[in-house]
Amino acid sequence: MPDATFLDSTELVLNMGPQHPSTHGVLRVILKLDGEKVLGTDCVIGYLHRGVEKIAENRTYAQFNPYVDRMDYVAAISNGLGYCLAVEKLLNVEAPPRAQVVRVILTELNRIASHLLWLGTHALDIGAITPVFYCLREREEALKIFEKYCGARLTTHAFRIGGLLYETYEGFEREVRDFCKMFVPKVDEYEELLTNNRIWKARLIGVGILSAEECKEYGVTGPVLRAAGVKWDLRKAQPYSGYEKYDFEIPTRANGDTYDRYVVRMQEMRQAVRIMEQAVEAIPEGPIMGKVGKVIKPPVGEAYVSIEAPKGELGYYVVSDGSTQPYRCRVRPPSFVNLQALDRMIRGGLVADVVAVIGTLDIVLGEIDR
Amino acid sequence: MADEQKPEGSQVPPPAGGEAAKPAPPKPAAAPAPPKPPAVMAATPWDSDLAREIKERFGDRVGETSTYLGQNFIVAKPDAAVSLLEYLKLEADFDYLVDITAVDWPKRPERFDVVYVVYSFARNERVRIKTYIPEGFKLETAVGVHLTANWLEREVFDMFGIEFEGHPDLRRILMPEEWQGYPLRKDYGILQQDDRWVRENLGIESGQ
Repeated sequence: MPDATFLDSTELVLNMGPQHPSTHGVLRVILKLDGEKVLGTDCVIGYLHRGVEKIAENRTYAQFNPYVDRMDYVAAISNGLGYCLAVEKLLNVEAPPRAQVVRVILTELNRIASHLLWLGTHALDIGAITPVFYCLREREEALKIFEKYCGARLTTHAFRIGGLLYETYEGFEREVRDFCKMFVPKVDEYEELLTNNRIWKARLIGVGILSAEECKEYGVTGPVLRAAGVKWDLRKAQPYSGYEKYDFEIPTRANGDTYDRYVVRMQEMRQAVRIMEQAVEAIPEGPIMGKVGKVIKPPVGEAYVSIEAPKGELGYYVVSDGSTQPYRCRVRPPSFVNLQALDRMIRGGLVADVVAVIGTLDIVLGEIDR
Repeated sequence: MADEQKPEGSQVPPPAGGEAAKPAPPKPAAAPAPPKPPAVMAATPWDSDLAREIKERFGDRVGETSTYLGQNFIVAKPDAAVSLLEYLKLEADFDYLVDITAVDWPKRPERFDVVYVVYSFARNERVRIKTYIPEGFKLETAVGVHLTANWLEREVFDMFGIEFEGHPDLRRILMPEEWQGYPLRKDYGILQQDDRWVRENLGIESGQ
């Protein structure tokens, strides 16, 4: 019989995070390994818990609006849109057409900014250093437009309940057009670096597979679901803010692996440009604020409103007791639900793939922990 | 539903018509006050094949099937919630559990609403299932029907202290495991904290 080593078994429990650069925030993953093979995982979350839903109950509807930006802080505009739409639903008002178009432009621009940050950091995790510089360079152009529009780059608080606070600035349309023109060749550039890159493909193809069935079981939405072949996007399925007026496609792939999710997100950036190009040519004249009183006081009731955020379905379930403060404001964060599938995706894989799979889920811990 | 939550509800004066016999003091200015908005949700009955089927199938285990702002919801008895989820999944294609959450109404005998949101890809339709439970009631877990329910129920447990019978791994998920108290209950103050936990683990008197 061979001598027992100082390790009694071949199994090893490895702690990854919470302070680990490739967990994209403060996520702790406990890995059970056999050599390089992952036998199971357990996620420990909550390090960034700030009690956003509790804060909502102690603020007025308008006061709570800036807080939602601090959940998914790389897609703050999407968060704000979802919240405004939910409260508008309770109030039974709609933003005026001009506000809706400007909202669509900024939200799609934010989708690009969010996907760019994902692409850069994901590639960095896999070992490609260059893309992150390229991505942040173009993301900067998007952030400049946000900054010019509302004065903030990240936590923008761009929208208000009922419409917009700010008119578009002088030259807004031109800058959006310039961005669209500039950006498509840049996507080609990223794809030239990565799409047919042998190392990139070797690291991603067949890794972290999640089938369409599993996606539905786990409630996984967004690009992860579409990479598994389900053609489902809330902008098409249940259009809001006038998305039904724009001509765009829902990119899908069939295999549901990490490479497919990469391809889907790259295509989505191109589609976002398409939407922006159409929207910027069709900004109607008119008011930017709907008929919402100074004091927002929705009638007693409740509503669940969700939008297609860059990460998946972002839902708000708001309960009103007829006062000026939400009685309950539940946020259904896409990252939280998607992260639950991590164990299924990585079990049986290799430890090096854990980083690839966390990256491909495109999670933001601020949104998971709220 | 929870109309008793409204503090103003009890203070509404009786309708002026009832006091006709009594010579009322002259206060005509108060009479044309705008009508108070109804203190209950102005939901209307939800009339559809699905609602009828559910009523037929579950009988008095489901209550109202209603619509508010174009969104449909079903109120189910606590013991029927998970079977309703299962029925919706297997026989009506509601194969995606979007969310599970709860609402606290401390003055009501059935203190909590537990809300399930389900969606059907095939029908492109969303339905909410609501059930009212008293404090301490253990709901059946939905993990056997939808795997998503695992973390969602853990969050409800963490924030409201609602336990789910048969849940494979019912631990706190966002708060520290030893934390005392359930933050999203209405009697939990916004500045409240578990002093002992903060002192022992952070070495400070207050997290504020």
